[in-house]
Amino acid sequence: MSVAIAPRRTVFGLTLGFPLALVLLAVLVALLKPLLPETLIRVPLNAVMPYDRWLQGLFDFITHDLGFGTLTRYISAGLEVLLDATGNLLFGKNRWPHIGPLPWTSVAAAMAVLGYALGGKKLAALAGLTFVWVALVGQWDLAMQTMSVIAVAAPLAIMAGLGLGILSWKSRSFEKALAPILAILQTLPFFTYLLPAVIFFKVGPTAGCVATALYALPPMVLMTTLGLKKVSPEVIEAGQMSGSTRWQMLRHVYLPSARTEILVGVNQAIMLSLAMVVLTAFIGMPGLGAKLLSLMNSLKLGRSFEIGVTIVLIAITLDRLSKAWVVKQPQHFERGTPWWRRNIYLLLALGVFALFWAIALVYPLAGVIPRGKDLSIGTQIDGVFDIVLNNPVLVAVTGWLRWFLITWVLIPFRDGLLWLPTTAVLCAIAAVGYAVGGRRSALLAAGFFAIVAATGWWDRAMITLYAVLSAVVIAACVGLPLGILAAQRKRWAEPILIACDTAQTFPSFIYLIPAIMFFGVNDVAVVFAIFIFATVPLMRYTIEGIRAVPEELIEAADMSGATRSQKLWKVQLPIALPTMAVGFNQAIMFAFFMVIIAAFIGTQDLGQELQKTLAGAELGKNFVLGICVALMALAFDHVLMKWSANRRKILGVG
Amino acid sequence: MNKCALLATISVLALCSSSALAEESADPIIIPIHNWSSQIVDSNVVGQILQSVGANVEYVTTDSQAVYESIRLGDVALEVEVWEGAFGKSFRAAQEKGGIVDVKTMNAVTREDWWYPSWTKEACPGLPDYKALNDCAALFATPETGDKGRFLGGPVDWLKHDQERVDALGLNFTVVNAGSAAALWAEIAAAEKDKKPIVLFNWTPNFVDAVWPGEFVEFPAWEDGCDVDPAKGPNPDKAFDCGNPANGYMKIAAWDGMEAKWPKAYVVLQKVDFTNAQLAEMAKMVDVDNMEPEDAAAKWLADNEAVWKPWTE
Repeated sequence: MSVAIAPRRTVFGLTLGFPLALVLLAVLVALLKPLLPETLIRVPLNAVMPYDRWLQGLFDFITHDLGFGTLTRYISAGLEVLLDATGNLLFGKNRWPHIGPLPWTSVAAAMAVLGYALGGKKLAALAGLTFVWVALVGQWDLAMQTMSVIAVAAPLAIMAGLGLGILSWKSRSFEKALAPILAILQTLPFFTYLLPAVIFFKVGPTAGCVATALYALPPMVLMTTLGLKKVSPEVIEAGQMSGSTRWQMLRHVYLPSARTEILVGVNQAIMLSLAMVVLTAFIGMPGLGAKLLSLMNSLKLGRSFEIGVTIVLIAITLDRLSKAWVVKQPQHFERGTPWWRRNIYLLLALGVFALFWAIALVYPLAGVIPRGKDLSIGTQIDGVFDIVLNNPVLVAVTGWLRWFLITWVLIPFRDGLLWLPTTAVLCAIAAVGYAVGGRRSALLAAGFFAIVAATGWWDRAMITLYAVLSAVVIAACVGLPLGILAAQRKRWAEPILIACDTAQTFPSFIYLIPAIMFFGVNDVAVVFAIFIFATVPLMRYTIEGIRAVPEELIEAADMSGATRSQKLWKVQLPIALPTMAVGFNQAIMFAFFMVIIAAFIGTQDLGQELQKTLAGAELGKNFVLGICVALMALAFDHVLMKWSANRRKILGVG
Repeated sequence: MNKCALLATISVLALCSSSALAEESADPIIIPIHNWSSQIVDSNVVGQILQSVGANVEYVTTDSQAVYESIRLGDVALEVEVWEGAFGKSFRAAQEKGGIVDVKTMNAVTREDWWYPSWTKEACPGLPDYKALNDCAALFATPETGDKGRFLGGPVDWLKHDQERVDALGLNFTVVNAGSAAALWAEIAAAEKDKKPIVLFNWTPNFVDAVWPGEFVEFPAWEDGCDVDPAKGPNPDKAFDCGNPANGYMKIAAWDGMEAKWPKAYVVLQKVDFTNAQLAEMAKMVDVDNMEPEDAAAKWLADNEAVWKPWTE
């Protein structure tokens, strides 16, 4: 491993010197706060332009004068037909084609066959039993309301993503134009997806569907482009030699070669759809999310928990099914194989489907489980939770934690951040940016924050930042040691990795349940919810980073007689750091996402203001706030990813 | 994919039943649902009454302020609970833009304001006067609020102007918003255990009346325009220097196309009328007896046929 000698003095790939000066400047500015003119402490009110009204004007112009509103209403009418059809099939909504609801036994059986076709017996059991559970606990209608939207939104996102992905692979300039839009789409808080969806596409399932599809779009685009770029020249040449037209090249050469990446994109699109569809409860989407929201609203934790289990089971099933599809190689049949042999699973699925339908005609319970006949024990769990959560020891522990965190950690940190002059914060951010990526990074990171300051939402933004940072720091204190411990022992690493992967597929909303359960409705619950959500990627990437350390290096360390802790600190951690930084980055992105959802618990940050805009239908303000959140997240993203890339270059890995 | 193929064949055999009522549209009447219990139950009650006269009804969960915009556009058909204090402003704004009609004012009288359970008065005897409340502010302090008193407000999307009022009247309180109505009740229950003083947002009609006796804080009386005109009320420089209306209306609002599209349902809607006691009972079935809102609505209808049957005739 050759370490290039850097021209400037560096520590861990960070350039020092000028940044140090900037840090000093920041400290100086902070210390001299009483002497500073108001302008340097906060952007003065009269310098804050009414961006929200300008944006609102722009939106009004697009909607009314350009007739965009009428256009989107036409689109939403079309979408409504599709949603009504899936709604009718899945939960018997009173619309065309008037066939549904499909018997739950038929659906469960067909899903089991699908599971078997994609991944064998285990997957068949998982897929089948998940749907049996859903029906038995009496959540079939709710789950199907949710699925009916995913069934439209996910394919929509996948098709659009595929198209955009192909376009940006074909044209370099298109890719360049699309990249920043995708970056912003991936960091915009979900409230900013919701409001325009409601205004342009009518309250209810159509708006939910549009918001969901948009939210699930970016990874599909990125993975498609990535896959197409990786197609090897030999394959392309072979295609050209056989005289394929451009369409044939795309259809029979490029797309099949990029199959794996595209399917990974499909998997992500489906999972993001599920995560978002639960959140669309905030704009009136019926289904599991709405029920969960209303149960948490009324603090019925046992029943919330039951719904949580359902959502998690569905998430795991969808994830495993689509991942199995990625791994499964396409089957090739010999010429002359009869049609029924090629489509044996399709026929089997149709067979069991029809069979159970027939059974349901005779035994109605196999078709629909009416309310009161289900086996839900949510009310009993409510009781159990009440007893457990009122246990004096637990109450004392959570009460003390709550008091300690609030008075000694959270409030001082929050007040400190709020006390700092804007200019000091900007200097500090520029310093970090400069240390990592030179002038460009410094300008970018500080520039993003400067825009936030210019919108006049600085104080709210600092409260958001405070929640994010406190939670991520706590997550690092817990997640990193656990990850390191797990990585040392092979036997633990595997199950923990699987647990992390599974936890990452859960819709974020789920993480609010334990937070509210233990801490009630206050700042600690907010931080706790973000904390569990952010710990997962931190642990995952720590384990992966350490496991990816080349065997030769470990052996070399062993041979030179390194102790365990020397090996860890001198070999494994330094090499794993770039990967761990990616985990850190993801934790922060997750935290920015979660902190906005936590507005539901009751925060006083940008998320609260965003939630208010939903009520007042203030599109302009909603966008200003949403972009503030996105810019802060992007500043972190840029700095951390840049550092990770630099580090990799220096280490000569990856 | 495979399901679709099967469905296509079956759909040929399926009977499409589209029984349209005479002149009454078969499109669903969409009723909005919000995040407090009485509204959810009485919306279901109205929905089930309309179904009993043959209407096709669907429910949609929406924001309680944004709903007036949705009614105006015809995306939802009606709103059963328009509270003067909470939604009067949004409702009036929507009326000015057009598209929404004031169907009727119900019997129920509403009030929503700062409220305290009775044990609070023992610690702070000057109540219900707001000046006395301000003098006792330290009694209401929590770790989160430091030395100021805590006022526990409703969810932010109810758009109360508590902070503005604190500023306008110079109150020594910090407004902390609960995430949900249930969080408010949980806080009262927690405070009851050791009789801790607490002041929070509450309203009537509500089941709370029956479970925890208490009183509203008396702020300077409401006068029209107090929320927009600084000159009104004791503080000449700021608006919101007054309490909410003490005898607020509760109205039913509807989309102005409803009468033409569903004339029969509209006639029924015009007769719907609830009292404070009825609304409190509906809220109690959900909040205290833990019933599902749909079931609570069905039970109320079964128990009160004498009340609602005449509305359908």
